[in-house]
Parts: sequence; C-alpha cells; structure tokens
Amino acid sequence: MARFLLRRLLNMIPLIIGITFISFVAMSLVPGNFLSALKMNPRISPQVIRQMEAQFGLDQPFTVRYFRWLWGVLHLNLGISMQYRVSVTSLIAVRAFNTIILAVASMIFSWVLAIPIGIVVAVRQNSIWDRVLSFLAFLGMSVPNFFLAFLMIYFAMHLGKDWLPPGGTFSVDYSSLTFWNRGADRINHLILPVFVLGVSGMAGLMRLMRSQILEIKNSEFVRTARAKGLSERIVLYKHVLRNALNPFVTMAGYSLGDLLGGAALVEAVMNLQGLGLLLLNAVRSLDIYLVMGSVLIGTVLLLVGNLLADMALVAVDPRVDFSSVAAE
Amino acid sequence: MNVPALVNPELQVAAVPAAAQRSLAREWRLASRTVRVSAGCLTLFYMFAAVSPFFASYDPIYQNRRMPDCPPMQLHLSAPSYWSHGLLWTDPLTMSDAEARTYVADTSHRIYIHFFSGGHLFTTDSETEPFYLLGSDSLGRDLYSRIVYGARVSMCVGLVGVLITFSLGIVVGSLSGYVGGLTDNLIMRWSEIEMSLPSFYFLLALAAIIPPGIGAAERFLMIVAIMSFIGWAGLARVIRGMASSVRSNPYVEAARALGGSRWRIITQHVIPSVIGYAIVAATLSIPGFILGESALSLLGLGIQEPTPSWGNLLSEAMDPQNLARYPWILIPGIFIFLTVMSFNFLGDHLRDRFDPSNAR
Repeated sequence: MARFLLRRLLNMIPLIIGITFISFVAMSLVPGNFLSALKMNPRISPQVIRQMEAQFGLDQPFTVRYFRWLWGVLHLNLGISMQYRVSVTSLIAVRAFNTIILAVASMIFSWVLAIPIGIVVAVRQNSIWDRVLSFLAFLGMSVPNFFLAFLMIYFAMHLGKDWLPPGGTFSVDYSSLTFWNRGADRINHLILPVFVLGVSGMAGLMRLMRSQILEIKNSEFVRTARAKGLSERIVLYKHVLRNALNPFVTMAGYSLGDLLGGAALVEAVMNLQGLGLLLLNAVRSLDIYLVMGSVLIGTVLLLVGNLLADMALVAVDPRVDFSSVAAE
Repeated sequence: MNVPALVNPELQVAAVPAAAQRSLAREWRLASRTVRVSAGCLTLFYMFAAVSPFFASYDPIYQNRRMPDCPPMQLHLSAPSYWSHGLLWTDPLTMSDAEARTYVADTSHRIYIHFFSGGHLFTTDSETEPFYLLGSDSLGRDLYSRIVYGARVSMCVGLVGVLITFSLGIVVGSLSGYVGGLTDNLIMRWSEIEMSLPSFYFLLALAAIIPPGIGAAERFLMIVAIMSFIGWAGLARVIRGMASSVRSNPYVEAARALGGSRWRIITQHVIPSVIGYAIVAATLSIPGFILGESALSLLGLGIQEPTPSWGNLLSEAMDPQNLARYPWILIPGIFIFLTVMSFNFLGDHLRDRFDPSNAR
C-alpha cells in the first residue's frame, strides 16, 4: 500500500505542473491585468503603479513569474491576492473548507437516498414505483444545477426568510451568536445548496444502482446462491449488493469533478462563500495569483478525492488490490 | 462474408439513400413516446434557431421603455363572430406603478393576435401595444422573442462543440489506439491531464482569455473552442480502447496483409467500427456543452448582452429580489431543461439501439 500511495503521489506532480502551467499561460494571455483599471485612475500616481507592478512581479517576463510562483508553492506560499491584499493561502483555507463541507454533505445526501431507492426500484422492476422514480431520476439528471438553485431560492423567498435563507453563508448577526447557534445557522444556510447539489448526483447514482442490480441479479453465482436454498434477503444483501457497489465507488471518484463544478455554480447563484465563488470573483478582476491558487487547490482536492475513491474500492471489493488499481 | 461490397464501394453507395429512408421510418416506429416527444422538442428548438425572425414576435433587442418587467399576458379565445379580427386576444397591460412595476389590465379594448402576418408566426398590429407571451425583461424586451433568438446560441453550441470534440476525439483516439507505442503513450498522458482537471474551474479560468471587445460570433466560437479543448479527452480515451481492440481483429489483419496503408485502415476499418459508440457519446455530450455555455453566460463570462442566449437571459435572476417579484424571468431555464432532457432521452435510446446485446 505504501508503494501504491507513493506512486500515485508522484504521478500527481507532473499533472499539477501541467495544469498550473496551462492556467498560467491562459491568465497571461488575458489582455490587461489587475492594474489596468488602476492606471486609468488619475489620482493614483505612476510611481505607485510601478511599485505595485514590482510587488506582484508583473514587470517580469512570463517564465520568471511562473517559476517564482511554483517556487512559492513548494514553500506553501501561494502569493498575495491583488484585490484583498492578503495572502492567497489564508483566503483559500476558509473558502475551501466551505466548499468541502458543501461537497461532502451533498455526497452523503445523495448516497443515503440513492442506494436504498435504487435497491427498491430494482427489486420491484417495472412496478409503478420503478416507473415513477426512474422518471424522477431522469428529471433530476436533466435539471441544470443553477436552474434548480433558482427554483429553490424562489421557494425560500416565498416561504419567508425565517424558515430558509435564500442565499449566503451565514446570517448578518452571525458574530453575536453562541457557538451552537452558529453551527445551527450554518447548517440552515447549507440545506438548500446541499439539496440542489445532491439531487443531480442522486439521480445518476440511483440509475446506476438499478442497472447494476438488474445485471447481477441474472448472473450465475446469484442463481447458485438461490439454488443453495439461501433466503432472498441474504442473496440480495450478501451477493447482489456487495458486487453492485463496486462501480458505485469508482463512479464516486469520477463524479468529484462534477461535484466541484456544480458546487462552484451553486455557490455563485446562492452566494455561498466557497472556492468556486472566490475563483469567479478572481477571474472577473484578473487577480492572477488568486486564480492560480484556486485552480491549484481545486485540482488537489479532485486528485486526493480520486485517490481516496481508489482506496475505498480496494476496501470494498476483495477482487481488487493495490497493484491492480495502480496499473490502471 | 460480404467480399464484393468491400472491394466495390460503389455498390454500397448506390443503396444508401433508400435504405437510410427506410431505417429512419423504422427508427421512428421503434421509438417510445418519450423519445418521440424529445425529438419533437429538439426539432422545434432547432427551428427556432434556424428561422428566428419568423418565430419571434418582435425585435429581440427592441426596448419598450413603457413596459419593463411586464408579466406574461393572458390569452383569450375570441367568440366566433370576432374571428375576422383574430382568433385570440389579450387585454393590453398598462403600468400602474412605475416604482413597483405593477401592471393593470386595460379592459376598454382588446389586442388581437394575428398569425402569419408580417412574416411572424404571431404578432400584433402595433409595437406600442405589444403582446408579451412570456412577459418582458427589465429593459422592456419581449422575453419570448429573446428566447427564440437565444436558441441560436444555445442550440448551436452543442452541435459545434460536438463536431469539434467528435472529430478530434475520433482521429486522435483511433490513431492512438491503432498506432500504439510512444504516440499512444504521449496522447494518453496528455488526456489524463485534461481529465483530472476540475473542468469547471478550468473553464472559468480560461474564459478570462476572451477579450472583452470582440463580436458575438467570435466570442461564441472561442467559448466552444475552450469547452472542446477541455472535453475531447474522455471521448478520445474510450475510442482509443475500442480501436486497440479492433486492431487485433482478423479483418484488420486481412486488410494489412492485403497491403492497406495505415491511413486507409484507420479511415476504412477502425473509424467505421467505433462510429456507433461515438454517435451515442456525442449525443450524450451535447447537454454538457449547452450547460457549460449557459453557466458561463449566466455568470457574465460567456455570451454578452444584448445578444441573447438562454444562459444570459437567466442572469437577471441572480438577484433574489428580481426572482421573487418577476418569476417569469426563469422561463429560459425551462427551455435549457427541456433541451438537456431531450438529448438525454435520445442518447439513452440510441445507446440501447446500438448495444448489440439487445439488438432488435
């Protein structure tokens, strides 16, 4: 396992360099920079502008800037945000925490609902429940995240702000609340985003669960298990389900990218202070180091998530071991 | 084995049109009701895009300053004796409170809706007393007309994007799978980088490259190009897997033994055998392009005002107050939803049809 981990971690290095390099090229291709707007302002003297250019390294050629940034990353220093004037690391730490909570909560939400529903629907194939729920799953898969978020905001606005907040990370009076009330306030603000993000994930997982069980139900070893005289319950839980969960775990890893992207959109629409919203604002104001930091952290989150999913696969499926996962 | 057809391709070509026609009718018979409805929806939306001036009632960028945020107007059926005036009518709305943007119906006279007049599907006599089927936006532009024109962007982004990823994915994938070796290794490492990107984050970062001053068409192309750049790798990888399994098939070996060139084998044998899968994958990847463009435009990084796209039409809803007071600004979202769902249904159906395990 140690070898597997080492190998995967080493594989990440060229990947991260490639991704950050492309993003850096993209950001330096952008016409103008953060200071363009300041230069138009007659009240800011050219000396100040030059000083800021030197401070952010904007007067240096592209390659120098990139390697300086990369050198900083190696020392856990992601540079300084131009618009907030604080270190990118401190900005991202708070925002990434919010995004991880949102992503993990909606993942739990979708799994907890999708697995039992998928089982019920597959066991009662072609029943009215199967048809209704499968159709709803299709709706859930097709509804755009941002549209569902708008619908939920509309719903919350009509329900009244005392019930569900239509957006934001916490209430205005957050700082005056006690510890427990702060937690409750946060959770209250997370309900709608988690629901929005969970619904689309849930629909896909439910369909996968259903098709997996239907496929495995007709396989040889299930027939053997039945022939041995095992009860239907044991056949389902010990034989069918154990095998049906395998692609589930694989898909969980691959769906992380969608989850991060979906989270970014939901954050933007519902004004939740997460990594995605931070990146969006940074892109809008051409705050290069903040963009680079957000893309980097987003990529690392995704890679680590994929790694965890692969390790979970080894834990769940006895046929898979670390050497076979690493070979892929 | 069908040797003559292989040697003499003209034989096949002559037979195609009639066979294609027959198979299209057959496909329609085999399709379920949901698939037919989906196909109908998509046809309608593509017609919106193709002949927008006909379907739209008014100029999509004309701003009626007297009627901003006007709610959708109610349609009434005329009594038979009034059918010479028009089959349908509505009460004109006048703004009663400019601050709150509330409207009252003026029951003193009726606006009759005319079909096929002035080159529009339906419209009214004067622009001063318009008929807003789906309401108007905050600048007093007809939402329905804007949706019709917005279909140009939203429906085409999927097609153009798929065309690019599709050709790129098929050529790169077949090449990589068939040639193998170092080429294969390099292409696959590159595609791995692209696939482990947090794609939406990357899309946001790349969207910043688009210079602010360029025209709508160039902007559209750049957005599609960026999305294709991010999205081709997945398709290429799957096609590569299929191509490398095709490679060891006897008929490919036979073609090689007959002296077929590498290019000829790829275009004549490898690509045709993976095209079925590729069509399914393409259909299922169209929604991704539509959603990507909508999301970018919604956030103000995609198609810019005044050119409408279904995504940027929704950007007024970003303010919860607007959303609560003028809920009809969400209607473009229903169009996005219907399109995505139709493509999903269609893709699912095609997958079942191409899957050899349940061939009919």
